[in-house]
Amino acid sequence: MIITTQKDFEDIISAVDYGPVFIIGCSECATICHTGGEEEVLAMKKQLEKKNINVSGSVILDPACHFLNDKRLLKNHVDEIKNAKKILVLACGNGVQTVSEIITTAEVISGTHTLFLGEIKRLGDFEKRCSLCGDCIQDLFGGLCPISRCPKEMLNGPCGGSIEGKCEINSELDCIWDIIYTRLKKRGQLQRLKEIKKPKDWSKSTEMRRIL
Amino acid sequence: MGFRGNLEKVLSDGKFAVTAEIGPPKGSNPNSIIEKAEILKGCADAFNVTDNQTAVVRLSSISGCFILLKMNLEPIMQISCRDRNRIALQSDVLGASAIGIRNILFITGDHQSFGNHPEAKGVYDLDSIQLIQIVKNMRDNGIFQSGDKILSGNPDIFIGGVANPFADPFEFRVDRLEKKIEAGSDFIQTQSVFNMDKFNIWMDEVRSRGLDKKVHILAGITPLKSLKMAERMKFHVPGVDIPNEIYDRMKKAKDPSKEGYMIAHDLINKVKKIKGIHGIHITALFWENIIPNLVKETRLYPRFY
Repeated sequence: MIITTQKDFEDIISAVDYGPVFIIGCSECATICHTGGEEEVLAMKKQLEKKNINVSGSVILDPACHFLNDKRLLKNHVDEIKNAKKILVLACGNGVQTVSEIITTAEVISGTHTLFLGEIKRLGDFEKRCSLCGDCIQDLFGGLCPISRCPKEMLNGPCGGSIEGKCEINSELDCIWDIIYTRLKKRGQLQRLKEIKKPKDWSKSTEMRRIL
Repeated sequence: MGFRGNLEKVLSDGKFAVTAEIGPPKGSNPNSIIEKAEILKGCADAFNVTDNQTAVVRLSSISGCFILLKMNLEPIMQISCRDRNRIALQSDVLGASAIGIRNILFITGDHQSFGNHPEAKGVYDLDSIQLIQIVKNMRDNGIFQSGDKILSGNPDIFIGGVANPFADPFEFRVDRLEKKIEAGSDFIQTQSVFNMDKFNIWMDEVRSRGLDKKVHILAGITPLKSLKMAERMKFHVPGVDIPNEIYDRMKKAKDPSKEGYMIAHDLINKVKKIKGIHGIHITALFWENIIPNLVKETRLYPRFY
C-alpha cells in the first residue's frame, strides 16, 4: 500500500489561501492511512470552515489513481468544482496528478506527503517494504528486500554498523541484513550470502514509459 | 617485480607496515594537510586521506592526495559509495591513477544522516564489495562495469577495503572479509581495535581459512585523546567496540591523554604479535602529532624505504 501522512494544517491553509476549496479523498490507501478517507475529508472540511474558508464540496474517488473512474465521478460535481479556486487532494502523489490532469480550471493542491510502498503493522504503524525498482531481487535474500529496507541499499551487507540487530542510523530500526542473515541461517541457505551480488540494474526503474 | 608503490612493496616484502590517516580540512586552505604531512613524513609507509568522513563536507580526498604527492608522500585515497554513482566512481578511479595515486581504499561510507548535511540524498548506487570488484576488473582486464572497454590506460591501483571485526552478526564477519578478498582487495584496514579478545577470535577464524595469506590485514589503532572522546566512541560511533576495561582506564586516569597514548602503545605491541597481522593503520583524530612518538616507542621507526 502507498503510505501517506497529512501535511501540517498550517501548510495546507497557506496553500489553500482564501478558497473556495473542493476537497478530494481516496477510497483506498489514503483511507487506510487515515489521511484522505471519508472521515478525514469531513474533518478537513470542518477545520477549513472554522478558518472561514468556503468549501464548495467534496468527493471520495474510488481510487484516486484511476483516471477513467475519476473522470466519471468528478462529472457529478461539475458545479462544485467550477465554484472552487483550489482543489485539495488528500490522496497519494499519484492521485494528485491524476486529478490535476482532469481538473484544469482550478489549482490542485496536495494535502499529503507520500512516503513509501509499505506494510501496515497495526493501526497507524507502517513500514517501508518496496522501492518500486522494477527488477525484483528478493528471491536472493529469503523474500526480504535490502534495497527498500537498508538505508545504504547494500546488496552485500551488512555494513560495519549493524549492532545487535539494529541499524547504525537509528537504534529503533531493525537491521534488515541481520534479519536476512538469521532467516537464511535458519533455512540452511547461508551459502547464498557468500556470493558477490552484482550491481543493480537501475535502468529497469527509470523507464517512464507506459506499461500495458 | 615492480611494485605500484611503497605500501605494496613493504607488504609484499613481508615487512610490518604502518599507515596513518590525514583528515582533510573543512575549507580550501591546504596548510593543515601540509603541516600534518610534515609532522608525519617518514613515520608511515602511506597516508590515508579520508573522503568526507562521517558525511561532513571537507576538502576532497583526491585533492588531499595530490597535495601529499607533491610533498613526496604516498597517499591512500579513500573513496566512499555514499556520494557518487558508478559513473563518477569509475571516473575518479581513472583520474586518481592518472595523477599518480597508487592506493585506493573503497568503503560504502557513513550514512549522510550522521554528517553536517543530513538533508542530502545518499547515492549508494554500489556497495564497497561491488566497487572493489569493478576496480579490479578495470585494472586487470580493462573493462568498465557496463562491459565497455577502457581505451587508453587501465587504472594502476593497489586495492584496499575495510573490515569491522566487531560488528554483528559476528559469525558473518569473516565471511564478509572473504567476499572482499574474492572481489579483489589487496589490503584490508580494520576498524579501530580496542577489544583484543574479540579481535583474536576473528583473527583465529581468518587464519584457519588461510585468508591472512590472501590479503594483507592492517589492524586499526585509534589513540584516545580524552575521556570525552572515549565516551563518544564507546556510545555513539557505530561499529566501535571499547570494552569496559579500557573505558575504566580512561575514567580513572589523572591524565587521560597520557593514558590514551599508553593504551594505543599497548594495543600496537599486542597486535604486532598476532600471526597474520601485516601492519597497523593509525587514526589519530586531531592528534596526529603523537604519531611520531608512538611509532618510535613501539619500534616501528624508521620505516624501510
